Amino acid sequence: MIEIQNLTKSFGQIKAVNDISFTVEKGEILGFLGPNGAGKSTTMNIITGFMPSTEGTVKVCGYDIMENPKEVKKRIGYLPEQPPLYMDMTVTEYLRFVADLKDVNKKQTKNQISDVMELVKLVDVSGRLIKNLSKGYKQRVGLAQALLGNPEVLVLDEPTVGLDPKQIIEIRKLIKALGKQHTIILSSHILPEVSAVCEKVVIINKGKIAAIDTPENLSKGMGTVSKLSATIAGPKSSITSAIQAIYGIKLVEAHIEKEKDIVEYVIESDKDIDIRRPLFFAMAKAGYPIIELKSLDLSLEDIFLQLTMQEKEVK
Amino acid sequence: MYSIFKKELRSYFTSPTAYVMIGLFVLISSIIFYINLVTPTADYGMNLNYMSLILILIIPILTMKILAEERRSGTEVLLITSPTSLTSIVIGKYLAAFAVFLVMTVITFIYPLILSVYGKPAVAEIVGGYVGFILLGSAFIAFGLFASSLTESQIIAAIVSIVGLLLMWLLQGIGPGLGGIWSKIFSWFSLFSRTEDFYSGILSLGPIVYYLSFSAIFVFLTIRVIEKRRWSKG
Repeated sequence: MIEIQNLTKSFGQIKAVNDISFTVEKGEILGFLGPNGAGKSTTMNIITGFMPSTEGTVKVCGYDIMENPKEVKKRIGYLPEQPPLYMDMTVTEYLRFVADLKDVNKKQTKNQISDVMELVKLVDVSGRLIKNLSKGYKQRVGLAQALLGNPEVLVLDEPTVGLDPKQIIEIRKLIKALGKQHTIILSSHILPEVSAVCEKVVIINKGKIAAIDTPENLSKGMGTVSKLSATIAGPKSSITSAIQAIYGIKLVEAHIEKEKDIVEYVIESDKDIDIRRPLFFAMAKAGYPIIELKSLDLSLEDIFLQLTMQEKEVK
Repeated sequence: MYSIFKKELRSYFTSPTAYVMIGLFVLISSIIFYINLVTPTADYGMNLNYMSLILILIIPILTMKILAEERRSGTEVLLITSPTSLTSIVIGKYLAAFAVFLVMTVITFIYPLILSVYGKPAVAEIVGGYVGFILLGSAFIAFGLFASSLTESQIIAAIVSIVGLLLMWLLQGIGPGLGGIWSKIFSWFSLFSRTEDFYSGILSLGPIVYYLSFSAIFVFLTIRVIEKRRWSKG
Protein backbone atom coordinates (compact mmCIF):
# COMPACT_ATOMS: atom_id res chain seq x y z
CA MET A 1 0.00 0.00 0.00
CA ILE A 2 2.66 2.48 1.05
CA GLU A 3 6.28 1.85 0.22
CA ILE A 4 8.97 4.16 1.48
CA GLN A 5 12.48 3.58 0.24
CA ASN A 6 15.69 5.25 1.34
CA LEU A 7 13.88 8.46 2.10
CA THR A 8 16.18 11.36 2.93
CA LYS A 9 15.38 15.01 3.50
CA SER A 10 18.05 17.60 4.11
CA PHE A 11 17.50 21.15 5.23
CA GLY A 12 20.84 22.66 4.33
CA GLN A 13 23.42 20.73 6.36
CA ILE A 14 20.90 19.06 8.64
CA LYS A 15 19.41 15.74 7.67
CA ALA A 16 15.93 15.77 9.17
CA VAL A 17 15.16 12.36 7.73
CA ASN A 18 18.06 10.07 7.00
CA ASP A 19 17.66 7.06 4.74
CA ILE A 20 14.51 5.50 6.15
CA SER A 21 12.61 2.66 4.52
CA PHE A 22 9.46 0.86 5.57
CA THR A 23 6.22 -0.41 4.12
CA VAL A 24 2.66 -0.28 5.31
CA GLU A 25 0.25 -3.00 4.25
CA LYS A 26 -3.36 -2.45 3.35
CA GLY A 27 -5.56 -2.11 6.41
CA GLU A 28 -2.67 -1.68 8.80
CA ILE A 29 -2.43 0.98 11.49
CA LEU A 30 1.17 2.02 11.69
CA GLY A 31 2.45 4.01 14.62
CA PHE A 32 5.22 6.42 13.98
CA LEU A 33 6.98 7.06 17.21
CA GLY A 34 9.78 9.35 18.18
CA PRO A 35 10.79 12.22 20.41
CA ASN A 36 10.06 15.75 19.31
CA GLY A 37 12.15 16.76 16.34
CA ALA A 38 12.89 13.17 15.29
CA GLY A 39 11.61 13.73 11.77
CA LYS A 40 8.07 12.41 12.10
CA SER A 41 6.31 15.44 10.68
CA THR A 42 8.86 15.83 7.91
CA THR A 43 8.33 12.23 6.82
CA MET A 44 4.57 12.72 6.85
CA ASN A 45 4.88 15.95 4.89
CA ILE A 46 6.82 14.07 2.24
CA ILE A 47 4.39 11.14 2.08
CA THR A 48 1.47 13.50 1.57
CA GLY A 49 3.28 15.51 -1.07
CA PHE A 50 3.50 18.74 0.90
CA MET A 51 7.24 18.83 0.45
CA PRO A 52 9.49 16.90 -1.91
CA SER A 53 12.18 14.54 -0.64
CA THR A 54 15.87 15.11 -1.20
CA GLU A 55 16.42 11.46 -2.03
CA GLY A 56 14.45 8.25 -2.06
CA THR A 57 10.97 7.32 -3.20
CA VAL A 58 7.50 7.17 -1.73
CA LYS A 59 4.88 5.05 -3.43
CA VAL A 60 1.24 5.03 -2.43
CA CYS A 61 -0.99 2.40 -4.06
CA GLY A 62 1.71 1.97 -6.68
CA TYR A 63 1.90 5.65 -7.61
CA ASP A 64 5.12 7.57 -7.05
CA ILE A 65 4.58 10.88 -5.25
CA MET A 66 7.09 12.70 -7.43
CA GLU A 67 5.91 11.32 -10.76
CA ASN A 68 2.21 11.18 -10.15
CA PRO A 69 1.36 13.53 -7.28
CA LYS A 70 -2.26 13.97 -8.24
CA GLU A 71 -3.07 10.26 -8.04
CA VAL A 72 -1.32 9.98 -4.69
CA LYS A 73 -2.98 13.06 -3.23
CA LYS A 74 -6.39 11.73 -4.22
CA ARG A 75 -5.75 8.65 -2.13
CA ILE A 76 -4.46 10.32 1.02
CA GLY A 77 -6.33 12.17 3.71
CA TYR A 78 -3.94 14.24 5.80
CA LEU A 79 -4.36 15.75 9.22
CA PRO A 80 -1.26 17.85 9.86
CA GLU A 81 -0.06 18.67 13.35
CA GLN A 82 -1.85 21.97 13.20
CA PRO A 83 -5.28 21.26 11.70
CA PRO A 84 -5.62 23.36 8.53
CA LEU A 85 -8.82 25.22 9.37
CA TYR A 86 -10.34 28.45 8.15
CA MET A 87 -11.41 30.16 11.32
CA ASP A 88 -14.07 32.35 9.75
CA MET A 89 -16.00 29.50 8.16
CA THR A 90 -18.67 27.37 9.75
CA VAL A 91 -18.00 23.66 10.03
CA THR A 92 -20.39 22.85 7.18
CA GLU A 93 -18.98 25.56 4.94
CA TYR A 94 -15.48 24.33 5.59
CA LEU A 95 -16.27 20.71 4.85
CA ARG A 96 -18.12 21.71 1.71
CA PHE A 97 -15.07 23.64 0.56
CA VAL A 98 -12.75 20.71 1.26
CA ALA A 99 -15.06 18.33 -0.58
CA ASP A 100 -14.96 20.73 -3.52
CA LEU A 101 -11.21 20.96 -3.32
CA LYS A 102 -10.87 17.19 -3.31
CA ASP A 103 -13.12 16.86 -6.35
CA VAL A 104 -15.76 14.87 -4.53
CA ASN A 105 -18.62 14.07 -6.86
CA LYS A 106 -21.20 16.86 -6.51
CA LYS A 107 -24.07 14.45 -5.97
CA GLN A 108 -22.25 12.64 -3.18
CA THR A 109 -20.94 15.71 -1.41
CA LYS A 110 -23.94 16.24 0.82
CA ASN A 111 -24.20 12.62 1.88
CA GLN A 112 -20.53 12.30 2.45
CA ILE A 113 -20.36 15.40 4.62
CA SER A 114 -23.24 14.25 6.79
CA ASP A 115 -21.70 10.77 7.07
CA VAL A 116 -18.37 12.18 8.13
CA MET A 117 -19.96 14.58 10.60
CA GLU A 118 -21.90 11.70 12.09
CA LEU A 119 -18.75 9.63 12.37
CA VAL A 120 -16.61 12.20 14.17
CA LYS A 121 -19.58 13.61 16.10
CA LEU A 122 -19.71 17.10 14.68
CA VAL A 123 -23.42 17.28 13.97
CA ASP A 124 -24.12 19.46 17.02
CA VAL A 125 -21.65 22.14 15.99
CA SER A 126 -22.18 22.03 12.21
CA GLY A 127 -23.42 25.62 12.02
CA ARG A 128 -20.85 27.18 14.29
CA LEU A 129 -17.83 29.19 13.25
CA ILE A 130 -14.67 27.15 13.55
CA LYS A 131 -12.89 29.84 15.54
CA ASN A 132 -15.47 29.47 18.32
CA LEU A 133 -14.94 25.74 18.71
CA SER A 134 -12.90 24.12 21.45
CA LYS A 135 -9.57 22.53 20.67
CA GLY A 136 -11.10 19.05 20.72
CA TYR A 137 -13.77 19.97 18.22
CA LYS A 138 -11.24 21.70 16.01
CA GLN A 139 -9.23 18.50 15.97
CA ARG A 140 -12.34 16.61 14.94
CA VAL A 141 -13.04 19.04 12.14
CA GLY A 142 -9.46 18.41 11.01
CA LEU A 143 -10.10 14.69 11.10
CA ALA A 144 -13.39 15.10 9.22
CA GLN A 145 -11.52 17.04 6.56
CA ALA A 146 -9.03 14.19 6.16
CA LEU A 147 -11.86 11.67 5.80
CA LEU A 148 -13.64 13.52 3.02
CA GLY A 149 -13.23 11.99 -0.40
CA ASN A 150 -12.99 8.61 1.30
CA PRO A 151 -9.24 8.21 0.85
CA GLU A 152 -7.65 4.78 1.16
CA VAL A 153 -4.82 6.11 3.28
CA LEU A 154 -5.04 8.38 6.31
CA VAL A 155 -1.98 10.20 7.57
CA LEU A 156 -2.54 11.66 11.02
CA ASP A 157 0.15 13.77 12.65
CA GLU A 158 -0.24 13.69 16.43
CA PRO A 159 -4.02 13.50 16.30
CA THR A 160 -4.55 13.60 20.05
CA VAL A 161 -2.17 16.35 21.02
CA GLY A 162 -3.72 19.01 23.22
CA LEU A 163 -6.91 17.11 23.93
CA ASP A 164 -8.31 16.23 27.34
CA PRO A 165 -8.19 12.59 28.46
CA LYS A 166 -11.79 11.87 27.57
CA GLN A 167 -11.37 13.28 24.09
CA ILE A 168 -8.14 11.34 23.66
CA ILE A 169 -9.92 8.07 24.39
CA GLU A 170 -12.70 8.99 21.96
CA ILE A 171 -10.32 9.91 19.16
CA ARG A 172 -8.32 6.71 19.70
CA LYS A 173 -11.48 4.65 19.50
CA LEU A 174 -12.40 6.45 16.34
CA ILE A 175 -9.00 5.83 14.79
CA LYS A 176 -9.22 2.15 15.66
CA ALA A 177 -12.62 1.97 14.02
CA LEU A 178 -11.33 3.79 10.95
CA GLY A 179 -8.50 1.30 10.71
CA LYS A 180 -10.99 -1.30 9.52
CA GLN A 181 -11.52 0.52 6.25
CA HIS A 182 -8.41 2.64 5.85
CA THR A 183 -4.68 2.23 6.00
CA ILE A 184 -3.46 4.59 8.67
CA ILE A 185 -0.14 6.13 9.52
CA LEU A 186 -0.26 7.84 12.87
CA SER A 187 2.51 9.74 14.56
CA SER A 188 2.84 10.31 18.24
CA HIS A 189 5.32 10.86 20.96
CA ILE A 190 2.96 9.33 23.48
CA LEU A 191 3.71 5.64 23.88
CA PRO A 192 0.55 4.22 25.42
CA GLU A 193 -1.31 5.73 22.54
CA VAL A 194 0.70 3.82 19.99
CA SER A 195 0.49 0.56 21.88
CA ALA A 196 -3.26 1.02 22.29
CA VAL A 197 -4.02 1.74 18.67
CA CYS A 198 -1.33 0.44 16.36
CA GLU A 199 -0.50 -2.95 14.96
CA LYS A 200 2.98 -1.98 13.90
CA VAL A 201 5.39 0.55 15.33
CA VAL A 202 8.22 2.41 13.67
CA ILE A 203 10.47 4.08 16.18
CA ILE A 204 12.41 6.92 14.69
CA ASN A 205 15.13 8.96 16.30
CA LYS A 206 17.24 11.74 14.84
CA GLY A 207 15.93 10.99 11.38
CA LYS A 208 16.81 7.30 11.48
CA ILE A 209 14.73 4.23 12.12
CA ALA A 210 15.58 2.69 15.48
CA ALA A 211 13.14 -0.24 15.36
CA ILE A 212 10.20 -1.65 13.42
CA ASP A 213 7.97 -4.29 15.00
CA THR A 214 4.63 -4.95 16.65
CA PRO A 215 4.21 -3.36 20.09
CA GLU A 216 4.10 -6.84 21.71
CA ASN A 217 7.26 -8.06 20.03
CA LEU A 218 9.02 -4.90 20.97
CA SER A 219 8.25 -5.28 24.64
CA LYS A 220 9.13 -9.01 24.51
CA GLY A 221 12.21 -8.80 22.42
CA MET A 222 14.15 -6.22 24.28
CA GLY A 223 16.62 -6.82 27.08
CA THR A 224 18.10 -10.02 28.49
CA VAL A 225 16.46 -10.18 31.92
CA SER A 226 12.91 -10.34 33.17
CA LYS A 227 12.00 -8.28 36.15
CA LEU A 228 9.71 -9.07 39.02
CA SER A 229 8.49 -6.97 41.85
CA ALA A 230 7.70 -8.80 45.07
CA THR A 231 6.47 -7.37 48.34
CA ILE A 232 7.37 -9.73 51.16
CA ALA A 233 6.92 -9.50 54.92
CA GLY A 234 9.92 -10.40 57.05
CA PRO A 235 13.47 -9.30 57.89
CA LYS A 236 15.26 -7.82 54.93
CA SER A 237 18.62 -9.57 55.09
CA SER A 238 17.40 -13.11 55.48
CA ILE A 239 14.81 -12.69 52.75
CA THR A 240 17.44 -11.33 50.39
CA SER A 241 19.71 -14.26 50.95
CA ALA A 242 16.81 -16.71 50.63
CA ILE A 243 15.87 -15.28 47.28
CA GLN A 244 19.43 -15.28 46.07
CA ALA A 245 19.59 -19.01 46.73
CA ILE A 246 16.95 -19.68 44.06
CA TYR A 247 18.32 -20.93 40.74
CA GLY A 248 18.51 -18.34 37.96
CA ILE A 249 18.33 -15.19 40.07
CA LYS A 250 20.66 -12.47 38.90
CA LEU A 251 19.95 -9.58 41.19
CA VAL A 252 17.86 -8.80 44.24
CA GLU A 253 17.33 -5.31 45.40
CA ALA A 254 15.35 -4.08 48.36
CA HIS A 255 13.37 -1.28 46.83
CA ILE A 256 11.01 0.44 49.24
CA GLU A 257 10.00 -0.41 52.78
CA LYS A 258 6.25 -0.13 52.52
CA GLU A 259 5.31 -0.82 56.10
CA LYS A 260 7.35 -1.99 59.02
CA ASP A 261 9.08 -5.19 57.94
CA ILE A 262 7.24 -5.28 54.64
CA VAL A 263 9.60 -4.51 51.81
CA GLU A 264 9.21 -4.37 48.06
CA TYR A 265 12.02 -6.17 46.26
CA VAL A 266 12.96 -5.91 42.62
CA ILE A 267 14.21 -9.26 41.38
CA GLU A 268 15.96 -9.82 38.08
CA SER A 269 16.33 -13.27 36.62
CA ASP A 270 17.43 -14.86 33.37
CA LYS A 271 14.94 -14.18 30.66
CA ASP A 272 13.96 -17.78 29.93
CA ILE A 273 13.34 -18.83 33.52
CA ASP A 274 10.05 -18.23 35.29
CA ILE A 275 11.00 -17.85 38.95
CA ARG A 276 7.56 -17.02 40.32
CA ARG A 277 6.79 -20.54 41.52
CA PRO A 278 10.24 -21.29 42.99
CA LEU A 279 10.04 -17.92 44.71
CA PHE A 280 6.67 -18.75 46.26
CA PHE A 281 7.81 -22.10 47.60
CA ALA A 282 11.08 -20.72 48.88
CA MET A 283 9.30 -17.98 50.79
CA ALA A 284 6.60 -20.35 52.09
CA LYS A 285 9.28 -22.71 53.36
CA ALA A 286 11.12 -19.89 55.08
CA GLY A 287 7.85 -18.57 56.54
CA TYR A 288 7.87 -15.14 54.90
CA PRO A 289 4.50 -14.39 53.31
CA ILE A 290 4.43 -12.80 49.87
CA ILE A 291 2.02 -9.86 50.02
CA GLU A 292 2.21 -8.89 46.38
CA LEU A 293 3.88 -10.25 43.28
CA LYS A 294 3.90 -8.79 39.82
CA SER A 295 6.03 -9.02 36.74
CA LEU A 296 7.66 -5.85 35.52
CA ASP A 297 7.49 -6.29 31.76
CA LEU A 298 9.43 -3.80 29.81
CA SER A 299 6.93 -1.17 28.76
CA LEU A 300 7.16 0.52 25.42
CA GLU A 301 8.35 3.46 27.41
CA ASP A 302 11.48 1.60 28.53
CA ILE A 303 12.13 0.29 25.05
CA PHE A 304 11.73 3.70 23.59
CA LEU A 305 14.16 5.20 26.05
CA GLN A 306 16.61 2.36 25.54
CA LEU A 307 16.52 2.74 21.79
CA THR A 308 16.81 6.47 21.77
CA MET A 309 19.55 6.43 24.39
CA GLN A 310 21.58 3.83 22.50
CA GLU A 311 21.72 6.20 19.60
CA LYS A 312 23.23 8.78 21.84
CA GLU A 313 25.87 6.40 23.13
CA VAL A 314 26.89 5.37 19.65
CA LYS A 315 27.39 8.98 18.81
CA MET B 1 -9.84 26.29 -9.54
CA TYR B 2 -13.52 27.09 -9.15
CA SER B 3 -13.60 25.81 -5.56
CA ILE B 4 -10.74 28.14 -4.60
CA PHE B 5 -12.32 31.04 -6.46
CA LYS B 6 -15.63 30.52 -4.65
CA LYS B 7 -14.03 30.17 -1.25
CA GLU B 8 -11.84 33.22 -1.75
CA LEU B 9 -14.68 35.37 -2.97
CA ARG B 10 -16.82 34.37 -0.03
CA SER B 11 -13.99 35.14 2.35
CA TYR B 12 -13.79 38.64 0.84
CA PHE B 13 -17.47 39.24 1.40
CA THR B 14 -17.82 37.60 4.81
CA SER B 15 -15.09 39.81 6.21
CA PRO B 16 -15.19 43.61 6.08
CA THR B 17 -12.25 43.81 3.68
CA ALA B 18 -14.16 43.88 0.43
CA TYR B 19 -16.87 46.24 1.70
CA VAL B 20 -14.42 48.69 3.23
CA MET B 21 -12.19 48.73 0.17
CA ILE B 22 -15.08 49.03 -2.27
CA GLY B 23 -16.61 51.77 -0.13
CA LEU B 24 -13.35 53.65 0.11
CA PHE B 25 -12.73 53.36 -3.60
CA VAL B 26 -16.19 54.56 -4.51
CA LEU B 27 -15.98 57.44 -2.03
CA ILE B 28 -12.65 58.74 -3.31
CA SER B 29 -13.50 58.24 -6.95
CA SER B 30 -16.79 60.09 -6.39
CA ILE B 31 -14.90 63.03 -4.94
CA ILE B 32 -12.58 62.95 -7.94
CA PHE B 33 -15.57 62.81 -10.24
CA TYR B 34 -17.14 65.79 -8.51
CA ILE B 35 -13.95 67.82 -8.71
CA ASN B 36 -13.66 66.88 -12.35
CA LEU B 37 -17.26 67.92 -12.88
CA VAL B 38 -16.95 71.38 -11.38
CA THR B 39 -13.73 72.19 -13.21
CA PRO B 40 -14.18 73.14 -16.84
CA THR B 41 -12.65 70.03 -18.40
CA ALA B 42 -14.64 67.34 -20.14
CA ASP B 43 -11.96 64.71 -19.99
CA TYR B 44 -13.08 61.46 -18.38
CA GLY B 45 -9.59 60.05 -18.95
CA MET B 46 -8.32 62.32 -16.21
CA ASN B 47 -10.90 60.86 -13.89
CA LEU B 48 -9.70 57.34 -14.62
CA ASN B 49 -6.13 58.45 -14.25
CA TYR B 50 -6.75 59.59 -10.68
CA MET B 51 -8.77 56.48 -9.96
CA SER B 52 -5.84 54.34 -11.04
CA LEU B 53 -3.69 56.18 -8.53
CA ILE B 54 -6.05 55.14 -5.72
CA LEU B 55 -5.63 51.57 -6.88
CA ILE B 56 -2.03 51.73 -5.65
CA LEU B 57 -3.51 51.69 -2.15
CA ILE B 58 -6.65 49.65 -2.66
CA ILE B 59 -5.32 46.65 -4.57
CA PRO B 60 -2.48 45.77 -2.17
CA ILE B 61 -4.96 45.71 0.70
CA LEU B 62 -7.19 43.39 -1.29
CA THR B 63 -4.38 41.03 -2.16
CA MET B 64 -2.24 41.18 0.97
CA LYS B 65 -3.78 38.22 2.75
CA ILE B 66 -4.51 36.11 -0.26
CA LEU B 67 -1.49 33.82 0.13
CA ALA B 68 0.29 35.13 3.22
CA GLU B 69 -2.61 34.22 5.47
CA GLU B 70 -2.82 30.66 4.14
CA ARG B 71 0.80 30.23 5.00
CA ARG B 72 0.54 31.75 8.45
CA SER B 73 -2.48 29.75 9.51
CA GLY B 74 -1.18 26.45 8.12
CA THR B 75 -4.06 26.01 5.69
CA GLU B 76 -1.51 26.03 2.89
CA VAL B 77 -0.90 22.36 3.75
CA LEU B 78 -4.51 21.54 2.97
CA LEU B 79 -4.35 23.26 -0.40
CA ILE B 80 -1.04 21.80 -1.48
CA THR B 81 -1.82 18.24 -0.39
CA SER B 82 -5.17 18.32 -2.17
CA PRO B 83 -5.44 16.93 -5.69
CA THR B 84 -6.01 20.47 -6.99
CA SER B 85 -2.87 21.73 -8.70
CA LEU B 86 -0.90 24.70 -7.43
CA THR B 87 -1.47 26.54 -10.70
CA SER B 88 -5.22 26.37 -10.40
CA ILE B 89 -5.04 27.37 -6.72
CA VAL B 90 -3.07 30.51 -7.55
CA ILE B 91 -5.18 31.36 -10.58
CA GLY B 92 -8.37 30.81 -8.58
CA LYS B 93 -7.15 33.28 -6.00
CA TYR B 94 -6.11 35.76 -8.67
CA LEU B 95 -9.52 35.60 -10.28
CA ALA B 96 -11.29 36.11 -6.93
CA ALA B 97 -9.37 39.33 -6.28
CA PHE B 98 -10.04 40.35 -9.86
CA ALA B 99 -13.76 39.77 -9.36
CA VAL B 100 -13.80 42.12 -6.35
CA PHE B 101 -11.92 44.70 -8.38
CA LEU B 102 -14.43 44.28 -11.18
CA VAL B 103 -17.30 44.92 -8.76
CA MET B 104 -15.84 48.23 -7.66
CA THR B 105 -15.10 49.21 -11.23
CA VAL B 106 -18.64 48.45 -12.33
CA ILE B 107 -19.99 50.72 -9.58
CA THR B 108 -18.09 53.63 -11.10
CA PHE B 109 -19.92 53.11 -14.40
CA ILE B 110 -22.47 55.38 -12.80
CA TYR B 111 -20.30 58.45 -13.50
CA PRO B 112 -20.39 58.16 -17.28
CA LEU B 113 -24.12 57.51 -16.97
CA ILE B 114 -24.52 60.75 -15.03
CA LEU B 115 -22.48 62.49 -17.69
CA SER B 116 -24.68 61.11 -20.45
CA VAL B 117 -27.77 62.54 -18.73
CA TYR B 118 -26.36 66.05 -18.89
CA GLY B 119 -24.42 65.94 -22.11
CA LYS B 120 -22.80 63.84 -24.77
CA PRO B 121 -19.68 62.20 -23.35
CA ALA B 122 -17.12 60.76 -25.73
CA VAL B 123 -18.13 57.10 -25.66
CA ALA B 124 -14.98 55.77 -27.31
CA GLU B 125 -12.72 57.45 -24.81
CA ILE B 126 -14.74 56.17 -21.88
CA VAL B 127 -14.97 52.58 -23.12
CA GLY B 128 -11.31 52.56 -24.10
CA GLY B 129 -10.41 54.17 -20.82
CA TYR B 130 -12.20 51.50 -18.83
CA VAL B 131 -10.55 48.72 -20.80
CA GLY B 132 -7.21 50.27 -19.91
CA PHE B 133 -8.24 50.78 -16.30
CA ILE B 134 -9.30 47.15 -15.88
CA LEU B 135 -6.13 45.87 -17.54
CA LEU B 136 -4.07 48.09 -15.26
CA GLY B 137 -5.95 46.81 -12.22
CA SER B 138 -5.41 43.20 -13.25
CA ALA B 139 -1.68 43.84 -13.52
CA PHE B 140 -1.71 45.41 -10.03
CA ILE B 141 -3.49 42.36 -8.66
CA ALA B 142 -0.89 40.04 -10.16
CA PHE B 143 1.82 42.10 -8.50
CA GLY B 144 -0.02 42.12 -5.16
CA LEU B 145 -0.52 38.36 -5.39
CA PHE B 146 3.18 37.94 -5.96
CA ALA B 147 4.01 40.13 -2.95
CA SER B 148 1.64 38.09 -0.82
CA SER B 149 3.45 34.89 -1.74
CA LEU B 150 6.74 36.25 -0.44
CA THR B 151 5.85 36.46 3.24
CA GLU B 152 3.69 35.15 6.05
CA SER B 153 2.81 38.64 7.17
CA GLN B 154 -0.09 40.46 5.57
CA ILE B 155 1.36 43.83 6.56
CA ILE B 156 4.68 43.15 4.89
CA ALA B 157 2.88 41.88 1.79
CA ALA B 158 0.84 45.09 1.66
CA ILE B 159 3.88 47.30 2.13
CA VAL B 160 5.89 45.46 -0.51
CA SER B 161 3.15 45.80 -3.07
CA ILE B 162 2.34 49.44 -2.25
CA VAL B 163 6.00 50.42 -2.45
CA GLY B 164 6.48 48.36 -5.62
CA LEU B 165 3.52 49.96 -7.35
CA LEU B 166 4.52 53.43 -6.18
CA LEU B 167 8.00 52.92 -7.56
CA MET B 168 6.57 51.83 -10.89
CA TRP B 169 4.51 54.99 -10.93
CA LEU B 170 7.52 57.17 -10.12
CA LEU B 171 9.87 55.37 -12.49
CA GLN B 172 8.02 56.45 -15.57
CA GLY B 173 8.93 60.00 -14.66
CA ILE B 174 12.56 59.19 -13.99
CA GLY B 175 13.17 56.81 -16.90
CA PRO B 176 13.23 59.15 -19.89
CA GLY B 177 15.58 61.54 -18.09
CA LEU B 178 18.19 58.85 -17.55
CA GLY B 179 18.41 57.76 -21.15
CA GLY B 180 20.16 54.66 -22.47
CA ILE B 181 19.58 51.21 -21.08
CA TRP B 182 18.02 52.43 -17.82
CA SER B 183 15.27 54.28 -19.53
CA LYS B 184 14.49 51.08 -21.42
CA ILE B 185 14.44 48.94 -18.31
CA PHE B 186 12.31 51.44 -16.42
CA SER B 187 9.90 51.67 -19.28
CA TRP B 188 9.26 47.93 -19.03
CA PHE B 189 7.82 48.55 -15.61
CA SER B 190 5.96 51.73 -16.33
CA LEU B 191 2.48 50.35 -16.03
CA PHE B 192 0.88 53.76 -15.95
CA SER B 193 2.24 55.37 -19.07
CA ARG B 194 0.70 52.62 -21.17
CA THR B 195 -2.81 53.67 -20.21
CA GLU B 196 -2.55 56.92 -22.19
CA ASP B 197 -3.65 55.35 -25.46
CA PHE B 198 -6.68 53.83 -23.78
CA TYR B 199 -7.72 57.09 -22.16
CA SER B 200 -7.76 58.77 -25.53
CA GLY B 201 -9.96 56.01 -26.91
CA ILE B 202 -7.39 53.96 -28.78
CA LEU B 203 -7.39 50.19 -28.29
CA SER B 204 -3.98 49.25 -29.57
CA LEU B 205 -2.65 45.74 -29.35
CA GLY B 206 0.72 46.63 -27.82
CA PRO B 207 -0.46 47.82 -24.40
CA ILE B 208 -3.09 45.09 -24.16
CA VAL B 209 -0.46 42.43 -24.72
CA TYR B 210 1.81 44.25 -22.29
CA TYR B 211 -0.70 44.20 -19.44
CA LEU B 212 -1.77 40.63 -20.06
CA SER B 213 1.81 39.41 -20.12
CA PHE B 214 2.69 41.47 -17.05
CA SER B 215 -0.13 39.70 -15.16
CA ALA B 216 0.83 36.31 -16.55
CA ILE B 217 4.47 36.76 -15.59
CA PHE B 218 3.66 37.70 -12.00
CA VAL B 219 1.14 34.88 -11.60
CA PHE B 220 3.80 32.55 -12.92
CA LEU B 221 6.42 33.99 -10.54
CA THR B 222 4.00 33.52 -7.65
CA ILE B 223 3.67 29.84 -8.49
CA ARG B 224 7.45 29.55 -8.73
CA VAL B 225 7.96 31.22 -5.34
CA ILE B 226 5.60 28.78 -3.62
CA GLU B 227 7.11 25.84 -5.48
CA LYS B 228 10.61 26.89 -4.57
CA ARG B 229 9.75 27.29 -0.90
CA ARG B 230 8.42 23.75 -0.84
CA TRP B 231 11.76 22.50 -2.10
CA SER B 232 13.98 24.52 0.14
CA LYS B 233 12.36 24.30 3.56
CA GLY B 234 9.42 23.24 5.58
